Amino acid sequence: MNESLHRLGEYTLLMKKAISIPNRWNMFFKQLNKEIYKLGVDSLWIVIIISIFIGTVIAIQISLNISSPLIPKFTIGYTTREIILLEFSSSIMCLILAGKVGSNIASEIGTMRVTEQIDAMEIMGVNSANFLILPKVTGLMIFIPVLVIFSMFTGILGGIAASYLAAEGMTPASFEYGLQFYFNSFYIWYSIVKSVVYAFIISSIASYFGYYVKGGALDVGKASTNAVVMSSVMILMADVILTHLMLT
Amino acid sequence: MVEVKHITKSFDGRMVLNDINTVFETGKTNLIIGRSGSGKTVLLKNIIGLIRPDAGVILYDGRDLTAMKRSELNLLRREMGMLFQGSALFDSMTVLENVMFPLNMFSKDSYKAREKRAMFCLERVNLSEAEHLHPSEISGGMMKRAAIARAIALNPKYLFCDEPNSGLDPKTSLLIDDLIRDITIEYNMTTIINTHDMNSVMNIGENIIFIKEGVKEWQGSKSEVINSNNKALNDFVFASDLFRRMRELEHPRKEG
Repeated sequence: MNESLHRLGEYTLLMKKAISIPNRWNMFFKQLNKEIYKLGVDSLWIVIIISIFIGTVIAIQISLNISSPLIPKFTIGYTTREIILLEFSSSIMCLILAGKVGSNIASEIGTMRVTEQIDAMEIMGVNSANFLILPKVTGLMIFIPVLVIFSMFTGILGGIAASYLAAEGMTPASFEYGLQFYFNSFYIWYSIVKSVVYAFIISSIASYFGYYVKGGALDVGKASTNAVVMSSVMILMADVILTHLMLT
Repeated sequence: MVEVKHITKSFDGRMVLNDINTVFETGKTNLIIGRSGSGKTVLLKNIIGLIRPDAGVILYDGRDLTAMKRSELNLLRREMGMLFQGSALFDSMTVLENVMFPLNMFSKDSYKAREKRAMFCLERVNLSEAEHLHPSEISGGMMKRAAIARAIALNPKYLFCDEPNSGLDPKTSLLIDDLIRDITIEYNMTTIINTHDMNSVMNIGENIIFIKEGVKEWQGSKSEVINSNNKALNDFVFASDLFRRMRELEHPRKEG
């Protein structure tokens, strides 16, 4: 318990240090640009590939599991859309990104810590937390809605592809009707809001674990693993809270 | 000038530094020597403000570092340059970008002027040909020289070096030592070097502080090291056969 409180205090102090006005705005925007590319744009392909395949699989699974003649076929498209919009493109995609982006951030900052690069910044009088963490947190929070929208779009494309290619009893026309049936645009905003919160969780927790690494390469690896585990747990907890707040 | 007065530091009840008093003079290469675990790195970290001492004061030309707020400390740090044991160059930047980093963060000059200053510093350490290379693409000696160029980019008044020769061959070590000494004289800096390289001690040791088990055991110049009767210092400095023989040669010459 004491250890958890100590870590929470340490995390809060680090965020206070990181989320402050940058010393040089031009340096901040240069770093922000780099981070958006590295953490966001570089994740686009994995998001697209996973979303297409999962969208396809969701549609096929639903088609195979709905065999009752009493349930209309457009339910397949409707359910696929709801799963993708409400949970997959935000929560599940961010859990996947926690692995990719979180470990990247933790290992990068952790390596800088053990090779004294962070100490070098501090000696120069640079606020190292602000210089290193703020662009990562801001960059991911800015770009993650783009990833979520791509994921929604390509996930639904995957479902449409399934309706053309694979599952029996599912027709493209009924699938498309289901996609448009009882559509609530608020669900897109709900997903985007969730993903922005998750982006903060992933980037800040990974930065925290990287920033306070002590030791060598082995400890950097451990910090990366801990960052992924902790941010995944926090994403799931935030999912429950946000769903309760926004949908009930 | 950096003055250290009654510095004491403990970790988990274990005394690492015990009432250290010394003066590091301007325009001289001041060396802190001692065995591994003697407390010299903790002393250096206290001096640069990475660790707060339990007691005592550290004066930078009369300004007490231990009483400074974070903002004041950051201002003082702009007068400091630091050469780390592993160079601590930023991996993601080229050599030129590394040297420009402190200028980009703190100088109000134009980009052209900052680049010119960075190139001047690189030329000063004979590294202008490596400006576009990344740290992973250059040798250990070149990394040290790049780190020196970065350390002097803002014209610091104080230069700190933590084991500047670790991992370098003897010839490159001498080059780095000479470069540090020349820069110290050229910029009239207060240079403090943490080392256990006896070649450095004999080459550039103008003011040497010997730390043993957290206590300042001895202080003097390189010529005084040779003639010292301090047993702990002699055991440390003349641990190698080469230096013992050198001392034996030195003594008959002086006696004769």
